[in-house]
Amino acid sequence: MQNLQPNIPTPATTHGASARAWNWRRTFAPTGNTGDTVFRLALFGAAFFLMLVVLVMIGAMAVNSLPSLRQFGFGFLTSRVWSPISGDFGALPFIYGTIVSSLLALLISVPLSLGIAIFLVEQAPRGVARPVGFLVELLAAIPSVVYGLWGIFVLAPFLREWIEPFLARWFGWLPLFRGNVTGIGLFTGGIILAIMITPIITAVVRDVLAAVPVSQREAALALGATKWETTRVVLNNGAPGIAGAIILGLGRAIGETMAVTMVIGNRAQISASLFEPAYTIASVLANEFTEATGELYLSALIELGLILFLVTFTVNGAARLLVWSVAHRAGGGAVGRA
Amino acid sequence: MATPTSTTAPVKPPTDAAQEEQTSALQDDGRERAAAKVSVRDLDFFYGRAQALHKISLDVSSQIVMAFIGPSGCGKSTFLRTLNRMNDTIPGTRVEGSVQIDGQDVYAPGTDVVELRRRVGMVFQKSNPFPKSIFDNVAYGLRINKLTSGKSELNDRVEEALTNAALWPEVKDRLKASALSLSGGQQQRLCIARALAVRPEVILMDEPASALDPMATQKIEELIVELKRQFTIIIVTHNMQQAARVSDKTAFFWLGKLVEVNSTERMFTNPNEKLTEDYITGRFG
Ligand SMILES: Nc1ncnc2c1ncn2[C@@H]1O[C@H](COP(=O)(O)OP(=O)(O)OP(=O)(O)O)[C@@H](O)[C@H]1O
Ligand SMILES: [Mg+2]
Repeated sequence: MQNLQPNIPTPATTHGASARAWNWRRTFAPTGNTGDTVFRLALFGAAFFLMLVVLVMIGAMAVNSLPSLRQFGFGFLTSRVWSPISGDFGALPFIYGTIVSSLLALLISVPLSLGIAIFLVEQAPRGVARPVGFLVELLAAIPSVVYGLWGIFVLAPFLREWIEPFLARWFGWLPLFRGNVTGIGLFTGGIILAIMITPIITAVVRDVLAAVPVSQREAALALGATKWETTRVVLNNGAPGIAGAIILGLGRAIGETMAVTMVIGNRAQISASLFEPAYTIASVLANEFTEATGELYLSALIELGLILFLVTFTVNGAARLLVWSVAHRAGGGAVGRA
Repeated sequence: MATPTSTTAPVKPPTDAAQEEQTSALQDDGRERAAAKVSVRDLDFFYGRAQALHKISLDVSSQIVMAFIGPSGCGKSTFLRTLNRMNDTIPGTRVEGSVQIDGQDVYAPGTDVVELRRRVGMVFQKSNPFPKSIFDNVAYGLRINKLTSGKSELNDRVEEALTNAALWPEVKDRLKASALSLSGGQQQRLCIARALAVRPEVILMDEPASALDPMATQKIEELIVELKRQFTIIIVTHNMQQAARVSDKTAFFWLGKLVEVNSTERMFTNPNEKLTEDYITGRFG
């Protein structure tokens, strides 16, 4: 009988002192069923555990980077020197390498991804959209070390032989395209990243566009919109989600380690030329962690890790939020055929 | 029943007899087909293999309100959407027969569908404003079709459309606000304003008042009667009283067939078909 009691809070429990008497059964099992309670507690536990892991990670990294934090303070972010021998550690070359390679990747990948996604959703016949969409998802799942190998053996020589000399020749007046053409450097790193994040951005944008209600397209068409104008309405509808997809790609590019390490040249320097070797935060962590001797060296690396963690955490959080906002809104709008 | 007949089949199932009569009645009227604003002959429509419309023939003359009634799923929306080729966007659909607007075949190979849809506006059953400002929603059709020159003309046309849709007083102080901040009924009137702004010749309305309260419904009905002076209006409705109130002629659809077209007065007092009478009086089995 007790189970049949509705769980409506009575005024007595919502006012005064009795409001403090937290009813755990009510919170964890609206049904009042013991099995449900256990189940819900287990789920709460799992969720709580995840939060705990995140907090412990941040805490541990913060504690372990204390020596470096104390020694360099904010100067850590602005110093260009990275010298394990002299014990001077500055993060700027890595921050620079990470930012420039990621932005280069976005610059190439965003138009490409949008184009593919628009084609898949708005133009392609179903017989084409299905297999191509499937392919895109497959590409997104290839391990990055494979991209790295491909980068070393195919992409780097190709860029060295064809693209970089061309850029140096015609755009050499820009500092960006001056210097030694080696096929290994920031430019190659950015391109391999672009290739890696294109499937991810494409897949998300495709889902975002597909979630835009048919009624929006019909509204535009019924007013005499052309295919292109209709597509713009769809893009406008999906704008937050598209922004989210791009930021998601950015997050992936920032955190990407293996493939970049294999082609970027791994030299802690800041050069105006994209052809010069560079270094990213993720790469330096992967390369130097095992050989880091001394407390300061190690804590400097951990501080880099902390920076990377916080940046990717924020970037990914923002991205998810944006994508979710579109899916949520579109879901409420339902599909608009009469 | 309702076996699909091929376009050329000389023998028609018995239920088509009434239609036959109407078609000849249309011709007896002495009205040339070309004189009608919208003229449909022997229209068949297919979703894949499923035939949704069977041999529809219908004329709609200029500056009248024509109401489509019939039970759910009988093909009213489908028929409405064949008139501005909105069904083109659904893959696997097929049309046979002819639809003429001002004597021009809508499905002829060289037809400019974009231009057609500008001339034949549509208001959907579910309001579908763009997630833009109120002003930008109404201005959309004007902008993409480049129908105005200059800011002030654009403003005037937007105001005119909103006034026609009986929405202007409610939104004139918040034109920059998001269209999604309007109530459901206001959103529907905004969609009507958006359709009116481009000054179409024919307006197709698919149950424009189905989601509205009596007040908003009344406003829209008044609006329809008002608009008839300038436009030709075809409205789908499930509300018999509404059809009786706003329309000059009424067409009754049943199972993808056009059972009867008549003046609204006649339709609701003394219809030709038993089926129509049963439907209108609610004695429908
Ligand atoms: N996109 C579609 N694909 C396949 N069949 C469809 C599609 N849209 C409608 N139909 C079918 O076509 C027939 C007519 O549908 P339609 O939407 O025209 O009916 P309706 O008269 O507008 O009904 P309602 O009054 O419920 O809006 C129905 O049997 C429906 O199942
Ligand atoms: Mg319908």
